[in-house]
Amino acid sequence: MDMMASLQGLIGGILIGLSATWLMATLGRIAGISGILGTLITQRPRGDSAWRLAFLLGLISGPVVLLLVGGGGAGNVVADSGGMTGEVIGAPAGGVPLMLAAGLLVGLGTGLGSGCTSGHGVCGLARLSPRSLAATVTFLVAAIVTVFVVRHMIGGGA
Amino acid sequence: MKTETQKTLMGYVAGLLFGLGLAVSGMTDPARVLGFLDVAGAWDPTLMFVLGGAVITNFIGYRLVLRRPHPLLGERFQLPTRTDLDGRLIGGAALFGIGWGLSGYCPGPAFASIAGVSAPLAAMLVAMVLGWFLARAIPARG
Repeated sequence: MDMMASLQGLIGGILIGLSATWLMATLGRIAGISGILGTLITQRPRGDSAWRLAFLLGLISGPVVLLLVGGGGAGNVVADSGGMTGEVIGAPAGGVPLMLAAGLLVGLGTGLGSGCTSGHGVCGLARLSPRSLAATVTFLVAAIVTVFVVRHMIGGGA
Repeated sequence: MKTETQKTLMGYVAGLLFGLGLAVSGMTDPARVLGFLDVAGAWDPTLMFVLGGAVITNFIGYRLVLRRPHPLLGERFQLPTRTDLDGRLIGGAALFGIGWGLSGYCPGPAFASIAGVSAPLAAMLVAMVLGWFLARAIPARG
C-alpha cells in the first residue's frame, strides 16, 4: 500500500469534511455537488444562485491553488510525493464517445437519485440517512462491477 | 458587509476547501479513482481514506453545528427529510455508478478539473448537464 497516497487521501478527506461542515454552519446547506450545480443550471433559483456560483468557483480554484502552492509546475504535485498515478488534474480515462456516455449516466443517475458521492456519501452518511446509505452502497457496487466488466471481462477500455 | 456578500464569500470558502480536498487527495485524477474501483486489479485504497476522512470529520462537524437553532447566515438548516427507499433513488444511484465506473469521474472531481479541460472532459460535463435535464423530465411516480 502506498502510505503517502493514503495519508494525502486522509488529509484531503478531512478538508472535504470541513467544507461540508462549513457550508452547513454558515448557509445551512448540504455540500452536494450534483445538487448545487444541477439545481443552478436546470432551475436557476432566483436569489439562491450567488452562493452556488461562488462555491463552484472555489471548487475549480482548489486544484489550481494546490498547483501554485506546490510550485512544481503543472501536474506533478502528487507524483513527486510517491503517488502511483499521478497528477493533480489527471487525464480523462477515455475519449469523447466514452465520456459522453459516462456523463449522461452520471447526470441522469445523480438527478434521479438526488445526489452523488458528496451529497449522499460525504453529507448523507454523516447524517446517518438511510436513503444516502442505500444510494452510496448502490453506486459503489455498480461502479465496482462496471470497472470489473470493462477491465477484466471485456479487457480494453478504461 | 451585506449578508448576501457574506453568504457568497462563505460559499466560495466552502468550494475552495472542497476543491483543495479533492486535489490533495488525488481524486481529480480519474486513474486513482478507477484504481480504487478495480478491486480485482492493483487495488488502490486511497478513496477509502478520502471518504472515511470526510464522513468522520463531517459527522463530528454536523453534530456540533446542527444543535444550533439556525445557520450563521440563514434562517434554517435545509436538510432532506425523506427516509423511504424507492426505485428512483436506487435506479438512479445504479446508473450513476455505471457512469462513474466508466469514467472515474463523479460530479465533483469532473467539475473541479475544469482548469485542465480537454475535449473528453468537456464532453463529460455537457452530457452530465443533459442528464440532469433528462432526469427532471422523468416524473416521479406516486
